[in-house]
Amino acid sequence: MSTVAYCSFIWGSGYITARARTRTHRSLQKTEEQKRRIMSVLRKINPTLQRICICEQENLGRRAMQITRELKQGVKKPYKELVDVSIGDAHRGGMKPITFVRQVIAACIYPELLHDSALPADVKERAWRLMRECDGGSVGSYTEACGIPYVKSSVSDFITRRDGGVPASPENILISSGSQTALMFVLSLLVHGEGSAQTGVAFPVPTYSSFAMALDELGAEMVPYYLCEEEGWALRVEELRRAVRASGLHCTPRVLYVINPSNPTGNVQSRKIIEEVIRFAAEEKLVIMADEVYQDTVHEEGIDFVSYKRVLFELGPPYSESVQLASFHSVSKGFMGECGLRSGYVELVNLDPAVMEQACKWLSAGSCSAVTGQIALNIMVDPPRPGDPSYTMYSQEVKFKKDTLTCNVRRVQEVLEDIPGFTCQAVGGGFYAFPRLHLPQRAVQRAKELGLEADLLYCTRLLEEEGVCLEAGSSLGQKEGTHHIRLCLMTSTKTLEMVLKRLKRFHLRFLKEFA
Amino acid sequence: MFSFREAWTVAPGGLCRTLHSVARRRPLRVPAMPVPAPLSLSFGRAPWWLSATRRSISCKMSENGVASRRGKVLTLDTMNPRIKRVEYAVRGPIVQRAVQIEKELKEGAKKPFTEVIKANIGDAHAMGQQPITFFRQVMALCAYPELLNSSQFPEDAKNRAKTILQSCGGGSIGAYSASQGIEYVRQDVARYIEKRDNGIPSNPDNIYLSTGASDAIVTTLKLLMCGEGMSRTGVMIPIPQYPLYSAALAELGAVQVDYYLNEERCWSLDVSELRRSLEAARKHCNPRVLCIINPGNPTGQVQSRECIEEVIRFAAQERLFLMADEVYQDNVYADGCQFHSFKKVLFEMGPQYSDTLELVSYHSTSKCYMGECGFRGGYMEVINMDAEVKAQLTKLVSVRLCPPVPGQVMMDLVANTPQPGDPSHSTFIKEKSATLNTLAERARLTEEILNTVPGIQCNPVQGAMYSFPRITIPERAVQKAKEKGQAPDMFYCMNLLEETGICVVPGSGFGQKEGTYHFRMTILPPTEKLKILLNKLKEFHLRFTQQYS
Repeated sequence: MSTVAYCSFIWGSGYITARARTRTHRSLQKTEEQKRRIMSVLRKINPTLQRICICEQENLGRRAMQITRELKQGVKKPYKELVDVSIGDAHRGGMKPITFVRQVIAACIYPELLHDSALPADVKERAWRLMRECDGGSVGSYTEACGIPYVKSSVSDFITRRDGGVPASPENILISSGSQTALMFVLSLLVHGEGSAQTGVAFPVPTYSSFAMALDELGAEMVPYYLCEEEGWALRVEELRRAVRASGLHCTPRVLYVINPSNPTGNVQSRKIIEEVIRFAAEEKLVIMADEVYQDTVHEEGIDFVSYKRVLFELGPPYSESVQLASFHSVSKGFMGECGLRSGYVELVNLDPAVMEQACKWLSAGSCSAVTGQIALNIMVDPPRPGDPSYTMYSQEVKFKKDTLTCNVRRVQEVLEDIPGFTCQAVGGGFYAFPRLHLPQRAVQRAKELGLEADLLYCTRLLEEEGVCLEAGSSLGQKEGTHHIRLCLMTSTKTLEMVLKRLKRFHLRFLKEFA
Repeated sequence: MFSFREAWTVAPGGLCRTLHSVARRRPLRVPAMPVPAPLSLSFGRAPWWLSATRRSISCKMSENGVASRRGKVLTLDTMNPRIKRVEYAVRGPIVQRAVQIEKELKEGAKKPFTEVIKANIGDAHAMGQQPITFFRQVMALCAYPELLNSSQFPEDAKNRAKTILQSCGGGSIGAYSASQGIEYVRQDVARYIEKRDNGIPSNPDNIYLSTGASDAIVTTLKLLMCGEGMSRTGVMIPIPQYPLYSAALAELGAVQVDYYLNEERCWSLDVSELRRSLEAARKHCNPRVLCIINPGNPTGQVQSRECIEEVIRFAAQERLFLMADEVYQDNVYADGCQFHSFKKVLFEMGPQYSDTLELVSYHSTSKCYMGECGFRGGYMEVINMDAEVKAQLTKLVSVRLCPPVPGQVMMDLVANTPQPGDPSHSTFIKEKSATLNTLAERARLTEEILNTVPGIQCNPVQGAMYSFPRITIPERAVQKAKEKGQAPDMFYCMNLLEETGICVVPGSGFGQKEGTYHFRMTILPPTEKLKILLNKLKEFHLRFTQQYS
């Protein structure tokens, strides 16, 4: 499918209609004062930013907030509580934080607690250790711009361990305010140029919406490649080649973005695929950006997560010496689910030292990432060990979450299989299910009349009628004529059951209405 | 609605350099980039094909460019050229050397001093300032709500933590918040502003919480960038300035328009100088933004009400967008000086101004009496921003999901402090005033001691956290610096660091009038240490002057 079609269906008609509506509305009520304001300084803003497309999904989110407010004010609805599983937010979905993480953070914030006998000894020890790394012993100090050196070295130890001994170095690690910030950082180094020299970034479709927004903000040329739904959303190198070669006519493709395990599809890449992707990147001279924030959540039995870095090194020269790779991880998407703390890291592999120097200089012009997040990151990569006082509780909590997630994955597939109009590929890993919706022609027609994508109409109605907020496939990208929904499965069992019950009820009603 | 998608490639260095008498080292080379982008449509995604077709016809040069020759894709030659232009003195070469020296000391190297004193950065806790107990109690309770059952926390801290947790998704600070920030916090911030500004209303919808003020400043600047050549956005910034501004402008490819503060009149801002600078800039760019830092960083001046009024009139007349960096609003020490927010003055000047002038004001948890830099909390209040532009801003902040929630909580605590009658009130007041009093004492001490040194002149530190004394550097030292390819004040500061272990930032990193030299030092070291530091500095200066005269 052409890029044209792709763009118009993702952010297309609905957006235009909305804008057009606002415009008419505004021009009707323009007063003298407002006319004067038209001249205002800011009317002419950064054109690159104007390209960032808000999808209607944003409006859905806003509406969800409004509904929550209305419910609080006692407005009568067919439901008492709104459930939002549109984003990967474990705590919002009813998962509890890991105790050890919160105890250490609390002790670092309020060191009086170090005298509290209720806190386990290893909590206090870790808090001491981390506070010693902060200037003035306070988590209120700035840290080095790319993170506390001690935390960076704990990250590099973790990577070495994870990758079966492939060496990592703290110098190549940058700690950031969440992986999204790190992604933007790496993209900023790469994206520039105009016309045919403009940097093209290849990225999978579907992909979560803020990545596309980031590309827009930076003014990168989008090079979408399609994942193959029929094959369990597998990445196929032929498709990658097609997309990258075709884009070479109007931009310079320099970046290949992959996400494994995938958001939203749940596909987990095999070592063989990763090898192929690396060879392809070497051939086409692309920097690989490997988003591996879901690396802890692989549910399918017999499948293990393998990192791009490990595969790259095991391929040996010339690949291991030349292919440039940035690998991302975050505290938001593992079992800790600490999205609000905003912390993540990127490991840069084979980066030119001169570029690294420029990158660090630029990074230092901003400030460090929040220290509480850096603490959580340290614990994620260096959790309590067997024999530590907190070990039992820590591993129980992690196991509970893992089991809940695996159970949720099974449950959602079970339930959706039974409902007519859904097909759901196997979810091998990650936080989400991304089932396909087979909607009646009349529903698609109705949506068209309203200027909406059909799956968005579906999600809007679901939100209004049942108080469940999901993400529509059209805001993540999908093949023309197909419709999907994404729901987050990193929730408590109770939350998921409630979602499934309401979804089923709504779905059947919706099919009947448009039959 | 179609518009041009302008390319913001780097402007010919010559254009902006005429304005920079500042010793700033930038590559003079204009990055090799093809002609500006062809006309393309900026709306929605559909128009790609148009630009794509035209592009393939127009220029098919350098398909894989330098990359193919070097083997690696991302090299110094192929990286984003704007990033290479970014300079940031506060953490520049001098600080890198300081870190190295610290390491050498740890390894047992012999030096004429036993420790490095970092007076380069406004990081209060690093210099031993104590956090506010109430803030940290509530934060700890939010992080680990089990503590709500503990008797060691006062009731008001517990109640606040409960309220905050209720406003978080899933009752956890680990959930994402709305991109603009937690609604409850924004309400508290709005009430704080109303109280500060004698009741002038503030709307929570105009508050955007941010990852420290820097993040908010860069976001605003990003919004304002557009145009090419003559129409490129020009941003007026004070000289000396806080280098966040110059770094951000370099990265964004805007034109930096310098206006000079008047050192002879205690670094005050003259509107005539604003006018001169604006008129000069209009010859080659489109100045649309005026940045003010009050109280000043690095210069420490506090603007009078009259001055603020004049600036507002000027901005209104010249149709400039005002950015008021007010992160030091509680740090005012000098007698007769008082902090006036731009917003308050704007509204007191009447609807003629308050209905039209676009203003953004910034605040943060990092400065004032809190000094909580590590939490990365901050906000901006946008005033009179066009509704559609505001929608664009909301969209822009959503790309980064949300600011760290602990930082938002800290911002809430700063905005809504314990009230009389609350169990924590008296401790809070005691801690707050103790911190501000010692800072005032140190401000006075710094000015006093520095002014006893022949060859150093220091304006009163009326506010903020820094002194920015002027230093006389002997001609031979200037010569020596030139030989080394360093700015003279960099040479001076490097020597100071090597001989005394004191780390300060050379004035050239902030900008200064040509031929004058300065350095910025914080007033944050504990009073006794500060005295020692100042005396060592005095000795060094005398020695240095003698050595090179």
